[in-house]
Amino acid sequence: MASETMTRSGGHDALRSFLKRTAQFLLVLATTLLGLIAVTFFIGRVVPIDPVIAIVGDRAPAHVYERAREELGLDLPLIQQFGIYVKKAVTGDFGNSVLTTNPVMTDIANVFPATLELATLGTIIGTLLGIPLGVLAAVKRGSLIDQLVRLLGLVGYSVPIFWLGLMSLLLFYAKLGWVGGPGRIDVTYSYLYTPVTGIVLLDTAMQGQWDAFWDAVSHIALPACLLGYFSLAYISRMTRSFMLNELAQEYVIAARVKGLSEMRVIWRHALRNAAVPLVTVIALSYANLLEGSVLTETVFAWPGLGQYITNSLQNADMNAVLGGTLVIGAVFVLLNLVSDLLYRLLDPRTR
Amino acid sequence: MTKPLLDVEDLRVRFHLRTGTVEAVRGVSFQLGRERLGIVGESGSGKSQTGRAILGLTPPPGEVTAQRLAFDGIDLLTASKRTLRELRGGRISMVMQDPKYSLNPVMTIGEQIIEAYRAHARKAGRGEARDRALAMLEAVKMRDPGRVFALYPHEVSGGMGQRAMIAMMLVTEPDLLIADEPTSALDVTVSMEVLRILDELVSERGMGLIFISHDLKLVSSFCDRVLVMYAGRVVEELQAKHLREAKHPYTQGLMSCLPTLANDVRPLPTLNRDPAWAQ
Repeated sequence: MASETMTRSGGHDALRSFLKRTAQFLLVLATTLLGLIAVTFFIGRVVPIDPVIAIVGDRAPAHVYERAREELGLDLPLIQQFGIYVKKAVTGDFGNSVLTTNPVMTDIANVFPATLELATLGTIIGTLLGIPLGVLAAVKRGSLIDQLVRLLGLVGYSVPIFWLGLMSLLLFYAKLGWVGGPGRIDVTYSYLYTPVTGIVLLDTAMQGQWDAFWDAVSHIALPACLLGYFSLAYISRMTRSFMLNELAQEYVIAARVKGLSEMRVIWRHALRNAAVPLVTVIALSYANLLEGSVLTETVFAWPGLGQYITNSLQNADMNAVLGGTLVIGAVFVLLNLVSDLLYRLLDPRTR
Repeated sequence: MTKPLLDVEDLRVRFHLRTGTVEAVRGVSFQLGRERLGIVGESGSGKSQTGRAILGLTPPPGEVTAQRLAFDGIDLLTASKRTLRELRGGRISMVMQDPKYSLNPVMTIGEQIIEAYRAHARKAGRGEARDRALAMLEAVKMRDPGRVFALYPHEVSGGMGQRAMIAMMLVTEPDLLIADEPTSALDVTVSMEVLRILDELVSERGMGLIFISHDLKLVSSFCDRVLVMYAGRVVEELQAKHLREAKHPYTQGLMSCLPTLANDVRPLPTLNRDPAWAQ
């Protein structure tokens, strides 16, 4: 009887805490995004660039200038402009881009998958290599392997990404011809499939266009490895330090006392504990890549979010900049939520 | 005397550090049958390192040497890693000081006991291991073994945690148990309960026990024989019941530091260390 009531009230509590957490999350999301809109909006309005001139040009007569200004709503008080912007933004309308004349949301829906594809692949590479390397370095602390891993990390931290990008293009594309050049796919293949998800690797694979798929692979390989290397530098370094911390704990000795194999002690016991803070590290590095690696996207002519926002900024296209910033903000909040959930899953103490 | 379970002769543990070599254990010798041996000493006297060295778990950069270090006729210094691993947990086990740190925080207590059992009974199925774990939890007097089985270490009290630790370390029915300050992290009433359980299990299964503690009184009431360690050496070996007959000034000093109810000595005498003891 006792256990029955316990599980029932337990289920009830779980539901309530789930609802509470969801409400909390939505509140955090809303306030974060509102704050982000406010900051970006006001910075966008006070910077000494004139969005009207960006549209009509600097030789337009005064009445044309005035009309464009009115059409943009720029003659209204700042606070009222902000109100209108927020009201529209709630319905998903972020205005039109001056540069492309498309709605900002359409533009972002076009460029974001490219960034998502690259960042995801980079993070997968960085995680799959970074964690084992970090573990190895921690286990063999002070050995040659440890020194190598640390050197690899140091280089990743200190070498400028655009330089490494250009050099690797020069070597692997221009000289050796092992990989495809800049862009996401060769023009010859780009008509063989219809974009559905916007993620080229997925689209081509789903439509069975394997030639196009492999061409896309050869194009993404280099930038993905490059971003993977940079996230590896960070992830392996953090893994090493988390593992050193865990390996010094008493429960590791207890696991050895139990007669477990060293493999099990390291991977099952120590890494399982180190994985808790690692989740945050990986999520953070993923978020950084999703923000759009402007330099990598520029070097590899990758039509992603980073390039889009930078272009818009250079052309005083404030609607596009605002929209892009909000998407990045939402991505950050979302990744935070996911890492929070994983944290709970991995560490029973936080449940 | 029959062949001893554990034979230690001139055990030394050295740590080669950048600042020089530190010798934590400096020539310890003793033999142990299926009996209870207490090792007492202050912090840094080398008692814990003696226990770790027997298990082959001296942390790097430590180095262990001995004239003889044998368990049931098996030379622990030359044994292969595989043999050592089979001995560890299988035939020699250790209960550590604080269950807050010595249990893995992200695994349930049940999982950890099952893991210990299956590390040595590889053919045992999941169901059998589970039954053994539950039986073991019952043996350490858990009121509701099924519930404790599914709990995480942070969800139980210190006393329960330490009993879970004992369950985990005894589930394989080892021949020798090293208890390294098993009650130092617990409060007095709980520690008495844990000791009673430990006492019962050790007698029931006829295990050898090395009980490491800094508490002379506790050790003498719990063990048959007591080794007193100071600065990495055994300075005195005594039958527990003849503790009062201690000859070494260090032991005598320790004894006289114990407060008694009858004679209220104020101030309590303190221990004056003679550098010659450490020679």
